[in-house]
Amino acid sequence: MAQYTFETKKDTRSGFGAGMEYLSLNNPKVVALCADLIGSLKLEAFIKNSPERFFQTGIAEANMIGIAAGLAVGGYIPFATTFANFGTGRVYDQIRQSVAYSSKNVKIACSHAGLTLGEDGATHQILEDIGLMKMLPGMVVINPCDYNQTKAATIAVAEYEGPVYLRFGRPVVPVFTPDNQVFEIGKAIHLMEGADVSIFATGHLVWESILAAEILKEKGIHADVINIHTIKPLDTNSVLKSVLKTGCVVSAEEHQYNGGLGDSIAQFLAMNRPSPMEFVGVNDSFGESGKPAELMEKYGLNAASIVEKALKVIARK
Amino acid sequence: MQTQELEKIASQVRRDILRMVHGCQSGHPGGSLGCTDLLVELFFNAMNLKTDSSGNVIFQMDGKGEDVFYLSNGHISPLIYSVLARRGYFPVAEMASFRKINTRLQGHPTPHEHLEGIRIASGSLGQGLSVAIGTAQAKKLAQDQSIVYCLMGDGEQNEGQVWEAAMYAPHHQVDNLIAFIDVNGQQIDGPTAKVMNNRDLGEKYKAFGWEVLHMNGNNAADVQQTVAKAKELSGKGSPIMVLMQTEMGAGVDFMMGSHKWHGVAPNDQQLADALVQLTETLGDY
Repeated sequence: MAQYTFETKKDTRSGFGAGMEYLSLNNPKVVALCADLIGSLKLEAFIKNSPERFFQTGIAEANMIGIAAGLAVGGYIPFATTFANFGTGRVYDQIRQSVAYSSKNVKIACSHAGLTLGEDGATHQILEDIGLMKMLPGMVVINPCDYNQTKAATIAVAEYEGPVYLRFGRPVVPVFTPDNQVFEIGKAIHLMEGADVSIFATGHLVWESILAAEILKEKGIHADVINIHTIKPLDTNSVLKSVLKTGCVVSAEEHQYNGGLGDSIAQFLAMNRPSPMEFVGVNDSFGESGKPAELMEKYGLNAASIVEKALKVIARK
Repeated sequence: MQTQELEKIASQVRRDILRMVHGCQSGHPGGSLGCTDLLVELFFNAMNLKTDSSGNVIFQMDGKGEDVFYLSNGHISPLIYSVLARRGYFPVAEMASFRKINTRLQGHPTPHEHLEGIRIASGSLGQGLSVAIGTAQAKKLAQDQSIVYCLMGDGEQNEGQVWEAAMYAPHHQVDNLIAFIDVNGQQIDGPTAKVMNNRDLGEKYKAFGWEVLHMNGNNAADVQQTVAKAKELSGKGSPIMVLMQTEMGAGVDFMMGSHKWHGVAPNDQQLADALVQLTETLGDY
């Protein structure tokens, strides 16, 4: 019988909206900024509850990041929101100088990350944002896996003092984590127990990893499945503990190989426990238009691909 | 404070700038000298700064209940360092460490090394006005009546982010913001009119919805009067932009009139030739 089940599918961005709604009522220091994408970021409830704490910047993301830094100086906790492409790559230098190097308590909260925004195509499908953000000294990088976890992460990052990149997306995905969970930044979540292969997944690929583990189980292979919602700081204890048990690794993420979760794990293991490793992600390519599920299949970001990589890496042990 | 007293402080600040840049043989003296009179006016006269019961300034990052200044054209760091030190934010002796290894006085200002008086990093141009707007809006939310000041360069007006901020501030009625542009007509590759013509900055900002004032940024009396006028205009619905005509290298005859001294340090003889033109009023560091 399946270990994890779900009753509904929801988008992670709506989890963010729910988290912001909670913060509008419970944390008067939280302010929100948005670059002309209120509906896409699900900010309606926050704005309804706290109109004076919302700042519409228009389609001007660089200015939005600077204003957020200035609000943080004044003691507020700004959430600067837009699509992941415009909130990271487009404004990298503004984040680097005015937020990260200046140690400002700014939360960069971005939707529509990865291939799953679908039909809009590669101009909007950023697959480099985790890498860009994790390279900045002091930046925390979080990619929660479902609606409930995104809501909990949103509430948690408001409590954390320092710059954070919170990444979520557009498609509806199974809601399988508890609705009242406490989100611990930097603490991986052990989802399934197994000694044959470690599967470390983040974001939308966490559910796919659970599906993959079920398929592997039918083949008599037991996967250790771990949800790495915080890519930086990486929960290296959990990574090491699992790899000492399994001896091989598959990473899974909706991101380039370069700069992603797998890249962080590989760097850690190279220094501490070199182990055979395979990557599920996009391999040095842009995305394209299509339905989310079609894209995930074409680019090998689904349960079938995780199974294939798991079998391959086990054979390399 | 009397204009004459401000001029005395300015003379010492100009000495500090030249000695700092000479000391490490690097840095930007031209714009620093040009903007000296404004920063002396702001920090020694116009701005309401937080002090203890003895009148000594206290630095608090959040700037609550006090005026806040942001330097967007961070390359004129010797100027902000001298003014902050002379105002009492950190020891004047620390100026000797400017741009040297392990210093808090980095090439461009940063709060990363916890230098009192610096709230944001600047150096990559075009970002300061946005930050100033953010802090001005934080003050409004907190019902803090203080003013936020920001200085930019005229070459910096080439940056697109400046115009995003220029559009935003009037739209959101950020009227507790007084910004300045150092109109010295020079940038690294030559006169602004040749490198990238700003044309009429005053008309541009007016069209975006700003109150626009003009002043001679190297005339202490004019600076004092215009800053006072700008403060009177604050709180009336519009942000205020002061276009300040300056001479790059102001105060040192052979440094004026070109962009040559934008980012060049004086040698020993040049330093001596410059210092004889500036009275040591407060004691060199």
